[in-house]
Amino acid sequence: MRDKYEVVIGLEVHVQMTTRTKIFCGCSTTFGNEPNSQTCPVCLGLPGALPVLNKQVVENAIMTGLATNCKIAPRSLFARKNYFYPDLPKGYQISQFELPICEQGWLDIEVEGGKQKRIGITRIHMEEDAGKLLHGDTPESSGNSFVDLNRACTPLLEVVSEPDMRSSDEAIAYLKKLHQIVIYLGVCDGNLEEGSFRCDANVSIRPRGQKELGTRAELKNINSFRFIKQAIEYEIDRQAELLEDGGKVIQETRLFDSNTGVSRSMRGKEEAHDYRYFPDPDLVPLVIDETWIEAIRTELPELPESKYRRYTETFGLQAYDASVLIAEKAVAEYFEACVALFDDAKSCANWIMGELSRRLNDNGLTIAHSPVTPEMLVGILQRVADNTISGNIAKKVFETMWQSGQEADIIIEEQGLKQVTDSGAIEKIVDAVIAANPEQVADYRAGKEKLIGFFVGKVMQQSKGKANPGMVNELMKKKLAFPLYGEK
Amino acid sequence: MKITRHEVERVAVLARLALTDKELDAMTGQMNQLLDYVDTLNRLDTDGIVPTAHAVPVENAFRDDVVRPSIGSERALMNAPAAADNYFRVPKIIE
Repeated sequence: MRDKYEVVIGLEVHVQMTTRTKIFCGCSTTFGNEPNSQTCPVCLGLPGALPVLNKQVVENAIMTGLATNCKIAPRSLFARKNYFYPDLPKGYQISQFELPICEQGWLDIEVEGGKQKRIGITRIHMEEDAGKLLHGDTPESSGNSFVDLNRACTPLLEVVSEPDMRSSDEAIAYLKKLHQIVIYLGVCDGNLEEGSFRCDANVSIRPRGQKELGTRAELKNINSFRFIKQAIEYEIDRQAELLEDGGKVIQETRLFDSNTGVSRSMRGKEEAHDYRYFPDPDLVPLVIDETWIEAIRTELPELPESKYRRYTETFGLQAYDASVLIAEKAVAEYFEACVALFDDAKSCANWIMGELSRRLNDNGLTIAHSPVTPEMLVGILQRVADNTISGNIAKKVFETMWQSGQEADIIIEEQGLKQVTDSGAIEKIVDAVIAANPEQVADYRAGKEKLIGFFVGKVMQQSKGKANPGMVNELMKKKLAFPLYGEK
Repeated sequence: MKITRHEVERVAVLARLALTDKELDAMTGQMNQLLDYVDTLNRLDTDGIVPTAHAVPVENAFRDDVVRPSIGSERALMNAPAAADNYFRVPKIIE
């Protein structure tokens, strides 16, 4: 049924910035302190207080605009968005309306079949956040709501996309890309659950082939990529069913409940909003010249797309490996720290995506908190490269390193893990293995060459993993090829 | 009539103003007078003039991202009609 319809999605993302102070006053933005302890006349909206713009907020906005291919407005204004709500002490939110700081950008996302699709960004503007509301749920507090204004006036960037997405997968691809960029830029910590990256989705459907857009519903309150996908899918079904039953979609805001997987209409929104925007007389126009923009452009950190190209082209990594490593900035930084010390990028990548990730996952740690630093990991890789230890022993060394925090060389020394490269010693074990397994020897010589793995395995086992596997392999093949003196 | 009584009523609602019938009539008259005056201004030739949001020729007033002391919750709540546990207390706003 829903195949008859095409879905159209536009996204609005609120990106909470990582500045030390609020957008218009010097109060701290630290999270989780005593309610209302980080407030002052400006963010409390007391009469006569004068907001003054945080310069870092402007620079973060310019950075984000440049990273999303936007035009940076030479002149922009702040405006008052008027409405009443207890979490908004002034009775208006300072935002940008007619002249936002960034416009007409785009991001390329990967869609089905590995193709690129360009998603337009209508605008990015700066604004202040509202406070936080708690609703009483104990008998004595049930008639009340409680207001904490610590978050009021926290700087936000609102990134508004064009209605260019045609599936929930495209919406998620766009969101993940934007999420990755703001984290790489360092303008946002990217924490969805704590609300540092909030997404509203405008969803409508139309019969395939129809040009005009259908009526849209706005989905709010979604705090994970998975839930955003669920909410969009639910909304497509809901609208398709409505239309099939001869009904009409009404323009409304809907709240998605991740526990039930269902969204419901927010009441009291029938009265259409009229925000009566007007330029805020307290804030003077913002003028940004080319010199400023270029200064910021030269200081932009390397973005994921460029890292991807460098990893595949310069380091020769596979596309998949490169995309795994760049997915998180901290992982990419870890990888680059390793490569700076050890030039075999492939083995660095393998270890980070293999042993290290597995261990981090098992312990619920992020790479920033890894007890094994890039220097320590490279310590292992160097000993593998110079044949001091084998790949298998390296894993053992890694385990010990993870537990004890010791350097590779110390672990190898203390546990006597040094690889046996003395050909005499290896030969002895090889001979013993051949002598002990006459049946397999006969099979091998009769053409079952796969058995080489069996023999090498036995030798490695008897040497407790310390024999050099390459040498064992070579020697074993040689000996199996010609019957030894004294052998039957 | 530039603005109807009904529109004035709506603006009053948006601004959370409770106006009596008499006040509504008076406001409607006054607002129409104001808007008539805008008509007078509209007769000026403003071609080629950039819309002016601010009368003072100042731009780019910034502060650095440096933390300044806040006033603290006690002083923040000093004039609040109701407070509890360092929160402002208001009538419940969702059912």
